[in-house]
Amino acid sequence: MDDAPILKVAGLRAKVADEDLEILKGVDLAIKPGEIHAIMGPNGSGKSTLAKVIAGHPAYEPTGGSVYFRGEDLLDMEPDERARAGVFMAFQYPVEIPGVSIANFLRTALQTRLEDGEELDLFDFQELLMERMEQLEMDPSFAQRPVNDGFSGGEKKRNEILQMAVLKPALAVMDETDSGLDIDALKIVANGVNTLRRESPDKSVLLITHYQRILNHIIPDVVHVIVNGRIVESGGPEVALELEARGYEEYRKAHAA
Amino acid sequence: MPGNEVIQGLGLDDYKYGFVTDSEPVFRTRPGLDAEIVEQISARKDEPEWMLKRRLKALRIYESKPMPKWGGDLSELEDTLRQTYFYVKPQEQMERSWDDVPENIKETFERLGIPEAERKILAGVGAQYDSEMVYHSLKEEWEAKGVIFDSIEDGLKNHPELFRKHFGTVIPAADNKFAALNSAVWSGGSFVYIPPGVELETPLQAYFRVNQERLGQFERTLIIAGEGSRAHYIEGCTAPVYSTDSFHSGVIEIIVNRDAYFRYTTIQNWSNNMYNLVTQRALVHQGAHMEWLDGNLGSKLTMKYPSCYLMGEGAHGEILSIAYAGDGQHQDTGGKVIHVAPHTSSSIVSKSISKGTGRSSYRGLCKVYDGATNARSNVECDALLINETSRTDTFPYIEIDEKSATVGHEATVSKIGAEQLFYLMSRGMDEAEAMALIVRGFIEPIAKELPLEYAVELNRLIEMEMEGSVG
Ligand SMILES: Nc1ncnc2c1ncn2[C@@H]1O[C@H](COP(=O)(O)OP(=O)(O)OP(=O)(O)O)[C@@H](O)[C@H]1O
Ligand SMILES: [Mg+2]
Repeated sequence: MDDAPILKVAGLRAKVADEDLEILKGVDLAIKPGEIHAIMGPNGSGKSTLAKVIAGHPAYEPTGGSVYFRGEDLLDMEPDERARAGVFMAFQYPVEIPGVSIANFLRTALQTRLEDGEELDLFDFQELLMERMEQLEMDPSFAQRPVNDGFSGGEKKRNEILQMAVLKPALAVMDETDSGLDIDALKIVANGVNTLRRESPDKSVLLITHYQRILNHIIPDVVHVIVNGRIVESGGPEVALELEARGYEEYRKAHAA
Repeated sequence: MPGNEVIQGLGLDDYKYGFVTDSEPVFRTRPGLDAEIVEQISARKDEPEWMLKRRLKALRIYESKPMPKWGGDLSELEDTLRQTYFYVKPQEQMERSWDDVPENIKETFERLGIPEAERKILAGVGAQYDSEMVYHSLKEEWEAKGVIFDSIEDGLKNHPELFRKHFGTVIPAADNKFAALNSAVWSGGSFVYIPPGVELETPLQAYFRVNQERLGQFERTLIIAGEGSRAHYIEGCTAPVYSTDSFHSGVIEIIVNRDAYFRYTTIQNWSNNMYNLVTQRALVHQGAHMEWLDGNLGSKLTMKYPSCYLMGEGAHGEILSIAYAGDGQHQDTGGKVIHVAPHTSSSIVSKSISKGTGRSSYRGLCKVYDGATNARSNVECDALLINETSRTDTFPYIEIDEKSATVGHEATVSKIGAEQLFYLMSRGMDEAEAMALIVRGFIEPIAKELPLEYAVELNRLIEMEMEGSVG
C-alpha cells in the first residue's frame, strides 16, 4: 500500500454547473505521498477548474470519472469536509473577507479540525502563527489585518501560503501562487513549501504555474501539460524547460477543441 | 386568552422557541387604554398630582395623533393595542419559576453563555443577581460620588425637583404618537444623575437594578450627565427577552451637559411578535460628546432612530447601530443628528443584516440649521443580505440650511457571495460557520465597540441564527 496515490484522478470530466460547457475532458492524474506535481498549460486550458473541482467548488459539476483522496471519494464530499480531510487549495484569486482578521480566520479554521467540545489552545495557536509568519518573513501585525482586504497581489499570495503553512494539509493544490510575486517573495514562498515538506516529507503538492522559474526552487517529481481540458504530456522537470523554450503551439495544434 | 398566551418565538426564527405560559398576574389594568386606566397607574405608583396631570394630558395628545404612515406596517397595531394590558404590576410579572421556563429557552441561554443568574432575570423568574455583592460595592462607590442610579419610580420619589426639572424636556409628550403614549402610561426604566466632573470607570448596567422594575413595556429612562462628567450606561443584552408583551414603546431622554461624555449602549432581542417603537434622544451641550450604540434584533417591527441634538458649540454626536432582521421581521432603524450650533460634528454608522424574508431599512435625518457654521456630519450605512428573499432600503433625509456645513453620505449593499463562502469552506468551515464568520466580520466595526461580554454574546447569537439559515 506504500505506493498508493494520495490523490487519484481518473477520467475526470467537469462542466460549468449552470451551463452546457464542458471544461475538463477526461483528466488522469495520480500523486503519491510526498510527491510534487506541476501542471502547466495555456490560459483557459482548465488548470484552475481542475483545482476547484478537487476542492469542491459549487460552480462546477463533475460529469464523469472520479477523484479519490486517500481512498475516499472526494466528489462525494462537501468542500469543508475535503478541507478537514486534508485537501487545501491556494487560490489564484483569493477572496476578501472584510472585518475578519487573519488570526481570527485561521483560528476558526483550525478549530473546525478538532473534535466536538475540544477547544483550540490559544497559546499554542499564537505560537504556531507567529512561527509561520516569521518563516514567511511576514510582519506580525499582518495577523490583525482583515483577510485579503486591501492586500497587494503579492500579499494575497503570501497569505495563501501562510494558511497552508498553518493548516498543514496532506495535499496542497497551489493555483499560480507564484504569479505576481517578486523574486524575493518567490524564494520565501518556495521556502515555505519546502519547510513544510521537510517537517513532514509525505506532504504532497500539486503546483499550477505558468513559469518554469518556481520549479527551480520547488523541484517537481512530475510535470504535466494540460491543454483544452486534457493532460497531454507528463514527464520529469525537463518538460517544463522544453515548454519554456517552445511554448504550447505544437500541443495546441494536436489537441484542438 | 389571559394567562395562557402563546409566545411566538423569542426573536429567533421559525417559532422554534415558542412556548406557552400559565402565569396569572395579580394586578393589571384591564385591556385597552383610557383616562381611568392612566389614573390607576398613577395611583398605584403613588405619584404626585403634577405627574398624573402630565399623564392625562399625554393621553389626550396620544388619542389626537394619527398612526404614523411611514416606517413599518402598523396596520395591525390598533388591534394589538386594544388587547394590550397597559400596566401589569411588575412583581407579579416576575412570578414564574425557573422550572416553568421551557427547556429550549434554557438551552438558548446556555448556548449564548449567559450567566445563570442573568438567565433567571431574562426568563422573568426574578431571581437575585449573583453579583449583588459586586453591585453593592459599586453602589457605595457611586453614592459616595453623588451618582444617582435608581428606578425611574424611585427617581421621582426621591429626587422630585431634579426629576421634574428635566422630565419630558428632551422628548415632550407631543413629540410623536408613541412618545405621547409612553408619557401617559410609562412604567419602569432608570433615573440616572452624574454630578459635574464625576467620571465612572464601570458602566452603569441596568442588570444591577434587580428587584425593581426592569424592562417595562413602556419603560422610561431619564439621564442627566453633569458638566465635565464621563459615564457609560448599558441596557439590555443579546438574549431573547422572555416576554408576553406584544408591544414595547420606550422613551429615553438624555441630557449631556457642557464638556461631558456619555455613552448609551443597548442591545435588545425581542420576541418576533413584538412591535418595538422607541424614542431615544440626547441633548448635547457645548463641547459635550454623546454616543449611542444600538443593537436591534428580533421583533416583528422595530422603529427606532436614536438622535443627538447638538445644541452647543463644538458638541459631538455619534450613532452606531446594528440591526438584524430575521424571517418576517422588519427593522426600520437609523439615527438623527440635528446641528444647531457652530462647529458641531456627528457621525452615523449603521449596519444591517437581513436574512430570509427579513427586511431592514435605514432611515436617517441630518439637519443643519442656519448658523451652525462649519458643522460636519458623516453617514455610512451598510446592508448585508443573506438570502435572495432578504430586503433592504435606505431613506436618508438631509436638510442643510448652512453653507459652510460639510455632509457626507455613503451607502453600500452586499450579499454573501458564493466565492466568499467557498473560500471559507475550503478552509474547513461548514456553511453556517462560514456565514457566521462573514456576518461577524461585517459588524466588526461596531461589535468591537461593545463591552467584551456583549460582543461574545452577539457572536454566539449570530452563529445560532446562521445555523438556521442553511438548507
Ligand atoms: N464559471 C465559469 N463559467 C463559464 N466559463 C468558465 C467558468 N469557469 C471557467 N470557465 C472557462 O473554462 C476555461 C478554463 O478556465 P480555467 O480558469 O480553468 O483556466 P486556467 O487554465 O486556469 O487559465 P489561466 O491560466 O488563465 O488561469 C476558460 O475558457 C474559462 O473561461
Ligand atoms: Mg487559472
